[in-house]
Amino acid sequence: MDHPNVPPPIQVDDCDPSHLIPLLQRIQQQEGYISEQSVRQIARLLKISENHIYGVASFYSQFHFQKPGKHHLKVCLGTACHVQGGVQLAQEVEKQLSLRSGETTTDGAIDYEEVACLGCCAQAAVVEIDGVIYAKMTTDRLVKKLNELRLHEPLCSGADESSLSALASA
Amino acid sequence: MNESPFPQFNHLQLRAQKKWAALQNSSQPLIYLGTASCGRAAGALQTLQAIQVSLEEINRSAQILQVGCIGPCYLEPLMDLQLPGLPRISYAKVNPEKAKRILRAALLNGDLSPKLAIGHFGDDSFTQQSGIGRFFDLPMLKPQVRVILRNCGFIDPEDIDQYLAQDGYVGFVQALQKGPEGVIEEVRQSGLRGRGGAGFPTYKKWEICRAAPSEQKFVICNADEGDPGAFMNRSLLEGDPHAVLEGMLIAGYAIGAQHGFVYVRAEYPLAVARLRQAIQQMRQYGLLGTDILGSGFSFDIEVKEGAGAFVCGEETALIASLEGERGMPRPRPPFPAEKGYRGYPTLINNTETFGILPNILRNGGQWFIQLGSPGNAGTKTFSLVGKARHTGLIEVPLGMTLRQIVFDIGGGTIKPFKAVQTGGPLGGCLSAAHLDTPVDYENMRASGSIMGSGGLIVLDESTCIVDLARYFLTFSKNESCGKCTPCRVGTRILVETLQKIARGEGEMDDLDVLYKVADTMQRTALCGGGQTAPNPVLTTLKYFMNEYLTHIQGRYCPAAVCTELFEYRIIAEKCTGCGRCVQVCSSGAVSGEKKEPHTIDVERCIKCRACVEVCKFDAIVGVPVSAYHSQEVTL
Repeated sequence: MDHPNVPPPIQVDDCDPSHLIPLLQRIQQQEGYISEQSVRQIARLLKISENHIYGVASFYSQFHFQKPGKHHLKVCLGTACHVQGGVQLAQEVEKQLSLRSGETTTDGAIDYEEVACLGCCAQAAVVEIDGVIYAKMTTDRLVKKLNELRLHEPLCSGADESSLSALASA
Repeated sequence: MNESPFPQFNHLQLRAQKKWAALQNSSQPLIYLGTASCGRAAGALQTLQAIQVSLEEINRSAQILQVGCIGPCYLEPLMDLQLPGLPRISYAKVNPEKAKRILRAALLNGDLSPKLAIGHFGDDSFTQQSGIGRFFDLPMLKPQVRVILRNCGFIDPEDIDQYLAQDGYVGFVQALQKGPEGVIEEVRQSGLRGRGGAGFPTYKKWEICRAAPSEQKFVICNADEGDPGAFMNRSLLEGDPHAVLEGMLIAGYAIGAQHGFVYVRAEYPLAVARLRQAIQQMRQYGLLGTDILGSGFSFDIEVKEGAGAFVCGEETALIASLEGERGMPRPRPPFPAEKGYRGYPTLINNTETFGILPNILRNGGQWFIQLGSPGNAGTKTFSLVGKARHTGLIEVPLGMTLRQIVFDIGGGTIKPFKAVQTGGPLGGCLSAAHLDTPVDYENMRASGSIMGSGGLIVLDESTCIVDLARYFLTFSKNESCGKCTPCRVGTRILVETLQKIARGEGEMDDLDVLYKVADTMQRTALCGGGQTAPNPVLTTLKYFMNEYLTHIQGRYCPAAVCTELFEYRIIAEKCTGCGRCVQVCSSGAVSGEKKEPHTIDVERCIKCRACVEVCKFDAIVGVPVSAYHSQEVTL
């Protein structure tokens, strides 16, 4: 039986292990993260151990094991963004939201990630908020964007320590 | 165009050409808008909305064509207007307000706003008539040769008919007529070398794969463009996905494969969506599936999204990832061409290599080889980014010098030029002394760098070389898959040593550590990733030793990047007292009366750079830390 939390299309024709990554991707797309329940379900489906699934999933930076925030904030630290002040943007996020990469605000409003490259290098430095990429960011403009986000969503300061440690222990 | 022996294809092509001609000769104005990811980041979708609203407001109709990136990303959003009977005219940095103004002037009054235009696509007579220069005469465009990017910015990538109208799939049809051996011979004559960076002759890989005895064979398009600072594949897949897919068809036919995968970065959602749509269109048109165009050749293509691991750009790691495993490289031999995906012979080529193939088959190998320099045939795309004035995607013949690329095409830098980084995190950093080096596989390698997939990051005096080396090695450390010790531990030691130098705790012995560890990694790491990861350290040590010595012996970071090794001062002569720096300083370190030179309290300054970013007079500079240098600093 499908778990109620896992939408039905997670079915495969055979136990081919090459289904694993696409399955994980589909689950993350639908639920925002890879829950313990979904890992158990995949293990049954593909007849592989949960251990193996965590082994594969934790190798790839795309997969998260904690519920994400409502809003997603990404600061690009690709080379072009690095030389155009991406580090300062990351520091500003830490200062404004008390968040480090991989953390979510305690009220679950915003999750934050530093990423390797979003591929908009000619527009560096870039920041992605909820899937929209913003070009030629400065600390000044970032603060304004964060304030806009905050107006829609009241924020608490302080990072969620548990979100990081959970990944490490997974 | 001669009719091919495939009536089904002739019909498709003719219909597409008629449709294209109708579009181009339409009585309605045509509006081209670059809506690739880079355009969208610059606000192209807001411009699109403004165009639609504006057309409604002035009660005019027009055809809007959403096209890929034409190259000069720094000018985006780019909106082009083509009025009936006139050539297409390009306008740069078109925000919603500007779009409305241009459309109103042109559609209501026939005024082409020549002052806002950056170039037209017509002939010279129109230049005289309109006072607008030709688009391809712009300094950034003029030295370029567009082969791979020929359709980017010109067609709607979501419409297979527009691709067909530009002789799309003609290369594949030619391939079917030449036969597999004929195709490989054509590729051999073209001199094409793999565009992923290593430069292995493409035809050789194909021959090995074709000769490998097997019932099943696979073709993989490596679109896992992991190099930070590089976006050639993204642009091509977003702007002309069918070119890459046609290349895969040609390769599949040549080696006798039945199935293809495009392994594309998940960070490129638009490219993924456009690929999926293009594949669906190919199926509808009978260009994919069983017995394609009645030729007897059957082939299918599937899109697989990467999951965010740089090492998966390495071919054996990519295969492991496709098989559902951790993306760790496997020792070679056996090479994938003999034993790859699930043990079957597998051809892996870079996205750009596939994108070139239709052109080679259509125009012939001899045509292609003439485009480049001896031993380095054809053109190559580069993402020209960093501190260059003109940033964007460019395509140049191999053998062009770095100087031509950085200064003629890129327009040079605003602050004095310092270096150019080629080949991504595994490449190297070349100094001004190398500007006359031709950009080709051999010369790049001889300089200690690599050509890589095509990232070119231009650096000026505000970039710290030690920090850059630390940045790349931190990237390689984070992305090291951990399988072999030289890479796993080596990258860590390199990062820690560079951090120590950047903190001002460096000693001369640390340089020996860097050399020794780099050497060990080069000789003993398992895959190309680990072997070339020390390149940024080695090239910077070789060409920028002075800057390392300034960090170690002088305890000073001249670029004002390593925060422990400088402090900010305001040059009184340059400061106008505008107060912008006071407004942005979040730690209250900047103070001063209006219109009087300001000062920075170094005790309170956290070196966040906010004041440097807003200062329009370059009045804020980094100077050596006074604690290290007791004497007063003179500016």
